[in-house]
Amino acid sequence: MNLRRDVFQAIADPTRRAILMLVASQSMTAGAIAANFDTARPTVSKHLSILTECELLEPEQSGREVIYHLNPKKMKEIADFIEPFRQLWEDRFNKLEAIMKNYKPKK
Amino acid sequence: MERKTKLTAEEGKQELVVTREFDLPLELLFKAYEDPEIVEQWMGTKVLKLENHAHGGWQYETSDPKGNVVFRANGVIHEFVPQQRITRTFEMENTPFPVQLEFFEFESLSPETSRLVMKIVYKSVADRDQMLKLPFAQGINMAHNKLQEVVNKLK
Repeated sequence: MNLRRDVFQAIADPTRRAILMLVASQSMTAGAIAANFDTARPTVSKHLSILTECELLEPEQSGREVIYHLNPKKMKEIADFIEPFRQLWEDRFNKLEAIMKNYKPKK
Repeated sequence: MERKTKLTAEEGKQELVVTREFDLPLELLFKAYEDPEIVEQWMGTKVLKLENHAHGGWQYETSDPKGNVVFRANGVIHEFVPQQRITRTFEMENTPFPVQLEFFEFESLSPETSRLVMKIVYKSVADRDQMLKLPFAQGINMAHNKLQEVVNKLK
């Protein structure tokens, strides 16, 4: 259960946001990403695994290195995070409309 | 796909406006909010109480297929003007979300069409944003749960 990550939790952290910005500019190895930060390598690795768990990053094994790519689909989901809320109401209202179109008043 | 339902959530404001135009006469649209049996059908929830008058209370409850209550909400109706307006409070039970204030404005556009403007006021900007994210977060959790089910079957 603790492994379940919330995307919003993931992007709430400034280091993780910085990592996403970096990888957005170009796909990078874990080592190259870590070189951009003063934090210890295991800390960066931890951030990378959280971002991967949330599917914001996609790791690709390349020889002995892992290259991280940005998952634009997931990023778009965050940009559209209020869309599911709108969709929820759209579905409800569509249902309301369908029901009332067939409504026959009780006599 | 046509987007009939519009959502406005201005940044930094603790309110939210949902607007929808219906291919329904105003009377039928209002009826869908007034009649508990119809509310149950389109909201997919059980109506425990719906007292359509000022100072009246309302309470809805949703259960999962096993009969466990997964959602219960209640509030007080402050204004109930047929074919025009409902003002009410909304509070989800057993959650940390504070009570919210809701204004429903019903309007006739033509003999066959009508509009509903639903304005919701939250306690804070953060509370509004949290509420907005809820269906998104639930969608992700559902995807996670489904994945977990598949993984469990593989074991």
